[in-house]
Amino acid sequence: MVFISQVSIWIIPLFIMLVLLVATWKKVPSYELFVEGGKEGVKMAFSLLPFLVGMIVAIAIFRSSGALDAIIGLISPVLLFLGVPPEIVPLALVKPISGSAALGVTTELIATHGPDSFIGRLASTMQGSTDTTLYILTVYFGAVGIRKMGYALKVGLLADLIGIIAAIVIVTLVFG
Amino acid sequence: MVNIIWAFLAIIGIVYAMFNGTMDEVNKAIFESADEAVTLSIGLISVLVFWLGIMKIAEEAGILKALAKLFRPIVVRLFPEVPKDHPAIGYILSNITANIFGLGNAATPMGIKAMEQMKQLSGTDEASRSMITFLAINTSSLTLIPTTVIAIRMQYDSVSPTEIVGTTIIATIISTLSAILIDRLFYYRSTWRK
Repeated sequence: MVFISQVSIWIIPLFIMLVLLVATWKKVPSYELFVEGGKEGVKMAFSLLPFLVGMIVAIAIFRSSGALDAIIGLISPVLLFLGVPPEIVPLALVKPISGSAALGVTTELIATHGPDSFIGRLASTMQGSTDTTLYILTVYFGAVGIRKMGYALKVGLLADLIGIIAAIVIVTLVFG
Repeated sequence: MVNIIWAFLAIIGIVYAMFNGTMDEVNKAIFESADEAVTLSIGLISVLVFWLGIMKIAEEAGILKALAKLFRPIVVRLFPEVPKDHPAIGYILSNITANIFGLGNAATPMGIKAMEQMKQLSGTDEASRSMITFLAINTSSLTLIPTTVIAIRMQYDSVSPTEIVGTTIIATIISTLSAILIDRLFYYRSTWRK
């Protein structure tokens, strides 16, 4: 584990060094290219802005009205029946929709149940093992102007579901 | 699809607020979240500028191509539509590598770049097969170190903040593999229909 976290710290500076060394060796105009690429970054950030505002506001309306909690209340019995611990249900449902909300729920679960409790470990594992599908979809497809996204959302959500089930099973096996 | 989901998130929320008496919260949330979204986008500028700058150098210096060559056997199987030496492969690999090491900041710009390259290949505003595969891999987040979670666990005095790394890795591998599998299933289903 120490090795992995060390790698994470070193990899970015080393990668930058490698890129600059190779560029200099190949006599590529590195600074000019950096600026050129950076300009694309500015454009990209601004083209993303309306996509993010749109999606985040819609999710905020849904959440703040209490509709999200109501749906969680409706689905909870089904998930309970499937053996999902009730405390974890809100996290499982919020995770694919809103990254910041999921992080909030995880923090709250860890704070109330303790990081080393079963719920705490399960929440930690779930938080780390999938990403916010709706955000990824908005950013990646939004940035390049994809309008018809085909079956992408279905694939993302189904994978989330399997990830959540996997997290529950594994945490039960390892720590249960 | 996204139009319907987007509109209904807002419509259901507003209708629900009428009966739930939470219109005040909704009203507040609209403006606060718009603000939050702008802050998020502005916050992305620094990361996007820096990484796209570095990656532009990497592309011109041939590093992306070298990377693509190295991992060609795996990636070609995952993305059969993308030509072998295409820079898209390099960007896809950089994105996956950044994700694996928990560098979400670096992963996003490379991911967007990969999407852009794949869009040029397909030439339409419709998500291509490889774009969906790439998205599926990203939404299931292939991470080795969940840095944020570890930080939260430390904050709440966990005896062993990193003990969840193992379970997270297994869960993430399972979710990524199933994402790839589900993606394949949907793809073949869509080809049968035609």
